[in-house]
Amino acid sequence: MDKILKILIKYYPVFLEGLWGTLWVSAVVVALGSVLGLLIATFRMSKVKPLSWLADAYIEVLRGTPVLLQLYVFYFAMPDNVPEAVSIIVALVVNASAYISEIIRAGIGAVDKGQWEAAKSLGLSNKNIMSRVILPQATKNILPALCNEFITTIKGTSLASVFFVGELMTSFKTIQSATFLPLPALIIVGMIYFTLNFVLSRLLRVLERRLAVSD
Amino acid sequence: MTDIIIRTEGLKKNFGDLEVLKGIDVSIRRGEVVSIIGPSGGGKSTFLRCLNLLEQPTAGKVFFKEQDITDKKMDTCKFRQQIGMVFQNFNVFPNMTVLENITLTPILEKKVPKAQAEEEAMALLKRVGLEDKANEYPRKLSGGQKQRLAIVRALAMQPDVMLFDEPTSALDPEMVKEVLNVITELTKSGMTILIVTHEMGFAREVSDRVLFICDGIIKEEGRPEQIFTCPRDPSTIKFLSMVL
Repeated sequence: MDKILKILIKYYPVFLEGLWGTLWVSAVVVALGSVLGLLIATFRMSKVKPLSWLADAYIEVLRGTPVLLQLYVFYFAMPDNVPEAVSIIVALVVNASAYISEIIRAGIGAVDKGQWEAAKSLGLSNKNIMSRVILPQATKNILPALCNEFITTIKGTSLASVFFVGELMTSFKTIQSATFLPLPALIIVGMIYFTLNFVLSRLLRVLERRLAVSD
Repeated sequence: MTDIIIRTEGLKKNFGDLEVLKGIDVSIRRGEVVSIIGPSGGGKSTFLRCLNLLEQPTAGKVFFKEQDITDKKMDTCKFRQQIGMVFQNFNVFPNMTVLENITLTPILEKKVPKAQAEEEAMALLKRVGLEDKANEYPRKLSGGQKQRLAIVRALAMQPDVMLFDEPTSALDPEMVKEVLNVITELTKSGMTILIVTHEMGFAREVSDRVLFICDGIIKEEGRPEQIFTCPRDPSTIKFLSMVL
């Protein structure tokens, strides 16, 4: 306990820097991952078969291989003038997009078939059916799962420390090599991760309750 | 021929290996009220859903105002705007208020000014006794109220034809009447109506013609008095003896 406090007091700027790194990397990954995920989901649901197959293959490959492997592939495959952090973030975005696209697809699929039929029978265009009728209802199915994905992403960014991308796990490594004491720093980092995700999952619960009210 | 609004020629529909419609030939006149009766799984709903292309016919043709709607070049949205449909499960939009449910399509697809669309929607709501629910969300409505909303939502597009697919089958018994009353009123307005129903008394009362569909074909059709009092086809006789 003593050691933990001492390290926390001495190295708190390093932890803060790591926390900041974790937060912005997660935010960027979820934001860009969602945009890319929506695109992949659109392809996946497309009536144009090759597009749908392509998206399916993309999703299967990314879900069927370890994230760490994907990070290495992007790390080595990117041109030398691309900063490491960028390669790693791109890899995380691509990985998250596969999961997010499936979340979006499932959310859209969960909207009652009757809603499509009613909207079609009124003579609404496909664009308006999607934007006015289906997506607003699908969002309700998607949001909780998307928050879960956000939590997974936060934890996933720890893998970026393998490449020293300056997030929380990198802070741990920095302090460990400075103090030769792995456990205190590890416990502190662990508590930060836990607090972050605990707060998020509580917020998620509130959100879920809010959404349930409109049922 | 100009008073024929819908005509089908050898209309067939398969779901995989299952032949649901085996060739339906029928002409519906403008202003006619046609009830479609028959056993479950006989193809009644599928027939209705082929008329506004919720189901793509496997073979045969469907003409609406002498235009072949199975033609790929048809503007399906524009065509569907002329045919209203009411479903068994209401399918009102839960993410919009009652008023927005009604004004959505007129505003978006017919470019009706918002104020005018709302005024027309209020008039329609008044007609079905829902004017005080205009700003509620559908979750606050009973089944009968949802179905009345679904009916006026379709009417707001000023369609030439209304299709009803078992509009009272999902309702609690005490709510059936309020919905049937709205439809009955509509039949008196000169609207062309096709209605799939299990309410035999209602079908007999409001219809100009009754189609008995069984095993994917029209087994018998005629005026309601004839169908209900002296059916000729053995399958009609059997069906009516079970439901009446």
